[in-house]
Amino acid sequence: MKERNGYLWVGITITCIMTILALVGLFWTPYDPSAMDSMQVYLPPSLAHLFGTDNFGRDVFSRAMKGLATTYVVSLGTVALGAGVGILVGALTGYFGGAVDRVLMRINDAVSAFPSILLALVIISLLDFGKYNVILALGVAFIPSYARVVRSEFARHRDMNYVIAARLMGAGHGRIMFSHILPNTRAVVVPALIIGINNAVLAESSLSYLGIGVRSPDVSLGYMLSESQNYMGSAPWYVLCTGGCIVLLILGLGLLGEGLQQKRR
Amino acid sequence: MKYAVRKLAMMLLTMLIVSFLAYLAFQIIPGDPTNKILGTEATEEQRQMLREQMGLNRPFLVRYGDWLIHFVQGDLGDSYSYSMPVGEMLAGKLPVTLLLALLAFLITTVVSIPLGIFSAGRGGWVDRVMTVLGQLTMAVPPFFIGIILTYCFGLVLQWFTPGQFVSFSQDPGACLTYLVFPAIAIALPRIAMTVKMLRSGILAELGKDYVRTAHSRGNDRSAILYRHVLRNALVPTVTFLAMTIADIVAGSVVIEQVFAIPGMGRLLFSSISNRDYPVVQAIIVLMAFWVVLVNFLADLINQRLDPRLRLQ
Repeated sequence: MKERNGYLWVGITITCIMTILALVGLFWTPYDPSAMDSMQVYLPPSLAHLFGTDNFGRDVFSRAMKGLATTYVVSLGTVALGAGVGILVGALTGYFGGAVDRVLMRINDAVSAFPSILLALVIISLLDFGKYNVILALGVAFIPSYARVVRSEFARHRDMNYVIAARLMGAGHGRIMFSHILPNTRAVVVPALIIGINNAVLAESSLSYLGIGVRSPDVSLGYMLSESQNYMGSAPWYVLCTGGCIVLLILGLGLLGEGLQQKRR
Repeated sequence: MKYAVRKLAMMLLTMLIVSFLAYLAFQIIPGDPTNKILGTEATEEQRQMLREQMGLNRPFLVRYGDWLIHFVQGDLGDSYSYSMPVGEMLAGKLPVTLLLALLAFLITTVVSIPLGIFSAGRGGWVDRVMTVLGQLTMAVPPFFIGIILTYCFGLVLQWFTPGQFVSFSQDPGACLTYLVFPAIAIALPRIAMTVKMLRSGILAELGKDYVRTAHSRGNDRSAILYRHVLRNALVPTVTFLAMTIADIVAGSVVIEQVFAIPGMGRLLFSSISNRDYPVVQAIIVLMAFWVVLVNFLADLINQRLDPRLRLQ
């Protein structure tokens, strides 16, 4: 029992630290993240520059904070879009069932045949690069997985006694779906949301690493990683600190999701 | 047999829907393909002629049917940018990606299944250390592992030269040495996930009634583990490994970029950047078919492992 809560608390701690860094990064960073200084290139980490400086003399810590904030915004946006639409679709199909349900789920299965990173790549290629298109592409790519999870939960709850009771009391379908059933699915949906953010972070940094995700003037951790790779020999701290941030972010969210899932059991 | 046929029908239906969705997606792209081929200087007559030639004037469903028939016959269309058949462009790239995927899959399976069984059998600190290590490994994105491997083994130890890919026909040994590192980068997080899954599967099965019965009848621990428990615990693992094969191919887009491997993923990426839609479309549909096919095979294997699945 003690070990299980360990996941949750370590996860919460790491996630909180990263979230605070990101929130602060939205408004304030120790240095201007894009200010170049030719006198201070390739400085190793020190108290003045926690993560050192890069090839242009930019402060890596400031850039990482900015990048963290962008990654967060994109990931949260992605999950908001994917889960929002996914929950709506899942709730309607799971609750009402019938032919529409079967057809939609077949299409859902087909769409799931595209791994989500691939789906996002296609949508990105049809749109254009940039922050908002990444959110749109990843969000759409995430819809099927949420729709499926929520649908099976709603189908399970549909004929439970409390739902029948609510129906007998004259509650409408909308009320039953969203104020009776939805809160009861939180044990499944909340971990799915956390894991979704986790996957979104990974997907966003992959896309940005490839150079087709977030692009300048926005900074994102994945984009920084692709930059830093070129200076691996002369500034290894640049790569390690940037990658380390991604790892910590994913680790924190992963542990949090894991902890929540185990709490349920 | 009936099960297999039903699954096969399901697979073909899914492939049909997948190909239709992909075709639809690439038809509603804003922009006229004739612009891309002829440039903006072309006259309206020239455009009209090209449209006629490419069959763009026909109804959508007819074009889709036509495209699908050609696709199944191996004619994947022509690239806009290089005006050569997509099939020819893919011919050299596909084996590289498949080899990488195979290698990554082999590493994942060979390492994770024994490790999963091992870690399920231990309690105490060994188990705890492995669980923590697993959680850590899962959090490292494959491309970051790739970057670290390039640094350690490429730049420092110089076991391979990053960016200097050697093709298999040139020197099989050097090619495999080069591919092992990206394969490890892909495999590591996957191994952690598979081990975790197999471990919790085995632990869940060990608590069931039939295990107690087997014990009470005098079977020893390892016989029960290998003959009964593992068979049940492997079902979700096989499904997961199938997803892994599928994901490896899709994820190769990123990892091939890290290691500069001229495979299908890199072609997909450069085609996306060039807006070379016929190539993108062909690769996407091929990858989706691959995913569906692998899932079908996993279903067949699972049904061998657990005949009860046939009845569902």
